[in-house]
Amino acid sequence: MKSEFTPTGQPDSDRRDFLKYILGGGLLAWLAAVLYPVMAYLKPPKQGEVEVTSVKAGKASAIEKDSGVIVRFGSKPVILVRNAAGEFRAFSATCTHLDCTVQYRKDMGLIWCACHNGRYDLNGRNVAGPPPRPLDEYRVVVQGDEISISKKV
Amino acid sequence: MKTLWSNIYDWVDERVELGGLVEYMGKKYVPVNRHSIWYYFGGVSLFLFIIQVVTGILLLLYYKSGEQLAFESIQFIMSKVQFGWLIRSIHSWTANLFILTAMIHMFSVFFAKAYRKPREVTWFTGMLMFFLLLGFGFSGYLLPWNELAFFATKVGTDIAGAVPVVGKPMMVFLRGGEDVTGATLSRFFGFHVAVLPGIFTVLLSIHLLLVQRQGMSELISHEQIPPAERKTMPFFPNFLLRDLLFWLVVLNLLAILAVFFPWELGKKADAFASAPSGIKPEWYFLFMFQTLKYIPGKILFFDGEVLGILLFGLGGLLWLMVPFWDRKSSRGETNRFINYIGIFVVFYILVLTIVGWIL
Repeated sequence: MKSEFTPTGQPDSDRRDFLKYILGGGLLAWLAAVLYPVMAYLKPPKQGEVEVTSVKAGKASAIEKDSGVIVRFGSKPVILVRNAAGEFRAFSATCTHLDCTVQYRKDMGLIWCACHNGRYDLNGRNVAGPPPRPLDEYRVVVQGDEISISKKV
Repeated sequence: MKTLWSNIYDWVDERVELGGLVEYMGKKYVPVNRHSIWYYFGGVSLFLFIIQVVTGILLLLYYKSGEQLAFESIQFIMSKVQFGWLIRSIHSWTANLFILTAMIHMFSVFFAKAYRKPREVTWFTGMLMFFLLLGFGFSGYLLPWNELAFFATKVGTDIAGAVPVVGKPMMVFLRGGEDVTGATLSRFFGFHVAVLPGIFTVLLSIHLLLVQRQGMSELISHEQIPPAERKTMPFFPNFLLRDLLFWLVVLNLLAILAVFFPWELGKKADAFASAPSGIKPEWYFLFMFQTLKYIPGKILFFDGEVLGILLFGLGGLLWLMVPFWDRKSSRGETNRFINYIGIFVVFYILVLTIVGWIL
């Protein structure tokens, strides 16, 4: 039978290393088994959302010229703008800068974000302030007096 | 009466040997000089923390988290619960004063280079607590679920999301999803009342223990005076009583602020309303907010705001690490460079805060 000690009296280093790996590996595996479920728990699950492709936005006659309103598009806000000439345009109302909701400013004739003074023209282009990108445009169809807004494909 | 107290003292002393501790406290001295006033700001921050814990627990008794409940529950606290308006106002005002006193404390420590060896850990725990305070402010701000808080949270978490690589997962983690919703409110509530206070208490214990163990730091210029010629004051009871007097003054100030300038509740958050004009973050975030306004959308190939956030992050990191790169102060030499940095930072924060306030 092999002795636990080498002839010099030192513990068998192979055996000691083996124990170190077993214990170290076991500890790591244990940590992973504890941390993985916790980390996974922290990640919010994807909610099944109904994909909205178009919404009705009310009556055209109810919206004055030179004004804008926020419309619900699924869970996202969309801004519907009617310019001075009476034409409708719709854009994502989420400012491309830091996620605030924009508004139509009559005095400027622009779409404006209150959070950081970002400005977009009535084509949704970022013309001043910090926004890095234009607003996504939506399609507006007016049938009779009914306005409907849909995603541009 | 005297014998009752001494009986209690003896009873405890017999078991846990209070004698050593009492003797230790009796030997603690506070340096007296024309900069001594700054020593009070740490203590008063501790007092404000205690007020936040007490008023926070009181608010918890009636507050309800949730998109449909939060705003209404604060309305209930402010209009129906006896003295609810007072408790809530004090909690809000204290939050602001707390950040202010912690800031003063931090800058005084910075300018005095009190972070130098051997007090690096005291500085780290203090700075981490300061970052946690900002976290407290940010998460607590959302809890009433009003319009301003809603957009402030959108912007704040979106900024976190702009950080390269880790930003997006971090944003989803903070928001509890892609957007700011009731899920965000639940998370912030959890952070505000459980996670942050837990971590804060641990850091605070280490911080206070170190202050007691190492004693008050002295200015480098004072260390050159022979110990026998330095003026000091016993911590107990002289300094402690002055501390308490200052606490009393601050408590009165809080009462005046809470009564005459009650904290507003505002309008309930609506995910389908435009951000209101004149929207601003709390004053302690204002200098960063104002800077973001001035940074153009694109700088070369980088998103302006990403660059701004990274710069602020880097600045914060350098500030946190100052005990390591300011070797001169640790050797007991004067380092004017640190003063210039400090003056620049104070000046920058003051100017941009004032500009942000006025515009």
